[in-house]
Amino acid sequence: MALRVLIGCKRVIDYAVRVRVKPDKTGVVTDGVKHSMNPFDEIAVEEAVRMREKKIASEVIAISCGPAQSQETIRTALAMGADKGIHVEIPNADMSVFQPIHVAKILAAVAKKEKIDLIIVGKQAIDDDANQTAQMTAALLDWPQATFASKIEKAGDDLAVTREIDGGLEDVKVKIPAVISADLRLNEPRYATLPNIMKAKKKPVQKLSPKDLGVDISSRIKVISVEDPPTRQAGIKVDDVDSLVAKLKEKALI
Amino acid sequence: MKSTRQIYSLSRSARSYIFGSQHLAPLLCRSYAAAAPATTPKKKSVDKKPAESDSFAFNLFRGKVALSQVLPYPVKLEGEMQEHVQMIVQPAEKFFSEINDAMANDANEAVSPESIEHLKNLGAFGMLVPEEYEGAGLGNLGYARMSQIIGENDLGLGIFVGAHQSIGYKGILLYGTKEQKEKYLPDVATGRKYAAFCLTEPSSGSDASSIRCRAVPAADGTHWVLNGSKIWISNGGIAEVMTVFAQTPVKDPATGQTKDKITAFVVERGFGGVRNGPPEKKMGIKASNTAEVFFEDCKIPNENVLGEVGQGFKVAMNILNNGRFGMATTLAGTMKHCIGKAVDHATNRTQFGSKIHTYGAIQEKLARMCMLQYVTETMGYLLAANMDRGVLDYQVEAAISKIFASEAAWNVTDDAIQILGGMGYMKECGLERVMRDLRIFRIFEGTNDILRLFVALTGMQFAGGHLRELQKALQNPASNFGLLLGETAKRAGKYVGLASVDGTLSANVHPNLAKPAQLASMSIQAFGYSVEEMLVRHGKNIVDQQFLLWRVADAAIDIYGMVATIARASRSLDANSSSAVMEENIVKLWCNIASERVQRNLNVLKSAKDAENFSIMSQISQEVCELKGIPASRNPLGF
Repeated sequence: MALRVLIGCKRVIDYAVRVRVKPDKTGVVTDGVKHSMNPFDEIAVEEAVRMREKKIASEVIAISCGPAQSQETIRTALAMGADKGIHVEIPNADMSVFQPIHVAKILAAVAKKEKIDLIIVGKQAIDDDANQTAQMTAALLDWPQATFASKIEKAGDDLAVTREIDGGLEDVKVKIPAVISADLRLNEPRYATLPNIMKAKKKPVQKLSPKDLGVDISSRIKVISVEDPPTRQAGIKVDDVDSLVAKLKEKALI
Repeated sequence: MKSTRQIYSLSRSARSYIFGSQHLAPLLCRSYAAAAPATTPKKKSVDKKPAESDSFAFNLFRGKVALSQVLPYPVKLEGEMQEHVQMIVQPAEKFFSEINDAMANDANEAVSPESIEHLKNLGAFGMLVPEEYEGAGLGNLGYARMSQIIGENDLGLGIFVGAHQSIGYKGILLYGTKEQKEKYLPDVATGRKYAAFCLTEPSSGSDASSIRCRAVPAADGTHWVLNGSKIWISNGGIAEVMTVFAQTPVKDPATGQTKDKITAFVVERGFGGVRNGPPEKKMGIKASNTAEVFFEDCKIPNENVLGEVGQGFKVAMNILNNGRFGMATTLAGTMKHCIGKAVDHATNRTQFGSKIHTYGAIQEKLARMCMLQYVTETMGYLLAANMDRGVLDYQVEAAISKIFASEAAWNVTDDAIQILGGMGYMKECGLERVMRDLRIFRIFEGTNDILRLFVALTGMQFAGGHLRELQKALQNPASNFGLLLGETAKRAGKYVGLASVDGTLSANVHPNLAKPAQLASMSIQAFGYSVEEMLVRHGKNIVDQQFLLWRVADAAIDIYGMVATIARASRSLDANSSSAVMEENIVKLWCNIASERVQRNLNVLKSAKDAENFSIMSQISQEVCELKGIPASRNPLGF
């Protein structure tokens, strides 16, 4: 049983960029801002590529939903070792209201179309921190889910997954097909090397639209306003422990 | 106006000065110019038409606005190449932020083995080498982008990989036979072997044609035997493949006489007779290996001659010319890094109740830093783009970019340290390392002093050729009426002043930049006129007027910076890019400052006061040299 694995790769504003809110408060500035692959998705790609190297997986397909530049994100996944790419093009204008539910529907549709056995996505994207795609995709497909994975191993025909949960680790076993979301400690993603970048250039990338997959991406929500987080208020200095305790009591903090 | 005869003699003597090698000359300039691929006249034929060129810098010396290589700003990557470069940029940036430790490399005086392994995987040792030879196949613009990342992070590492490919094996890329490329490029492009460029010798620095390393053909004619030594060779202690320059006996087919001429060789350490000294202790770029290299009866097979026998000087100068754009883009990255540090501090540090970036003293520094970074970056990428599209006569632009970049980076780093104050002076901050690393850029690969003379003399040599043409026309006005009419109109305009400033620049840039464009046009015209006046006034003695040539070069540098940045910002304004407003401001500032400085420098050329200053400086210098420094008796206390 060698699995066909689908990996979600989201193009996000690079983690090192200081995000700025647009003056009209409809979103954040993305023009001319450095983007890269969502770090949790990189972990997902790495895991899938390792599974293929261990012959657990037969083919690794990287999918990204987004504007034309998402192709770059897919190329990065291909350079890391994914076999082929699927780019579901979402016009830039629709990106601000493009939500996890739409991605989940697209992933579900592609999973059926490509006869996928396993979907791995990052547990959340570092831009919207929604943490919904894996769960909703599993629900739409009616597949088992193993979220926040820090270890994935083959156990007979199933997968044994260690999940990071509040206060510890949880071991679960999932039947295939399944949806897994990758947590931080699952692995350390590799660096793309030049020979692999060269190879990636020759790998196929299929372009689809949500319509091709029968997915309606009309918006269910409306962004009312995007605000900067409030700046931290200045603190005060206290002279001794007694006044500290008094102040804390006064503010009803203890 | 002086007679035609004098103009002739100027051109001839300047030419023998610049191109000849038969006389001892105090400068290297003559030889640098020999690298000019498109404009080098093969013979000193007096009747030859003056060389034509589309180079902006060349034409500047005639007061002519030649924009085809500058406007529209030609820097762009498209399609597959753009994707390819982007793919490599991402892991490269990640490598520097997560793996490489510039401070540790500096302290250990070596790039860590882990970093080297990653650099190999990234293709960083073969960025310009075609894919068929296992390189990254980036092209010059791709290399420019990568070098900028390196410059932002680790200049010592930059010299390690730069000396390897930008000069070390560049000769094989440019001049290698198919066999030489097949034999050497895969090994060096992947970093399995390191390369070095061996030109400098103990007695031969700027005056590169005076090298003493010598190779003679073996009696049986199967190989050459090389003897001599080279100093300050980057990667000299680790290189397996070296581009070595040595004197070789060459027979002149015309006269039958045998004379020594320089030939380039590809020397493998394995040939035997190659040794190196211990790593030199340096001020900066400590992560790169610098060592003396000795050749003792080193046997070089005939097929390892690089280029033609006797053509080594041209090979050396073309390699250096070819690598200069990378210094500009590297240092643009360095400045970006320094600006980031300074801004971070200025926006967080509170003194006298306000963040220090709100004070004019800091604002002026930050603005100047941004301006210098922008001009450098603009020049570096422009040069790379022109090289990618096959422009050959870029040697003056390359020299300008190297001079400007290395001095701009020094000033920007200095200002960054000043803004950070005590923090900037601390080792932990990292800027002191940058400053130490930077210093060498004004010295190596052609000192800025020599390159200034090169810029001025190469340009004037070009202008001199055209002036001579005009002089000829004056002798026979009837048959050259058209030429004269054009020149008269041009000259009349100059004397009248602003009225007839060439409008081609203003007409072709974004309207917001009309004023900077006008300032640039005025500077170009004034420059051309000053050059002509200088040529007429000083005749063949121009080559000895170093005080003046220095000012000519500075003016040329400023003007080139003006036109290049106007072109770039104009493109950004046309595209309504998010940085357009800032770029427009930077260009306005730069053109105001630069045009004023151009005016001042050109005024110096004919000012009696400045002539007096130069004469005084000569005297002071001579005196201090005779006294071997400042004597103790000159202390105000008298002892």
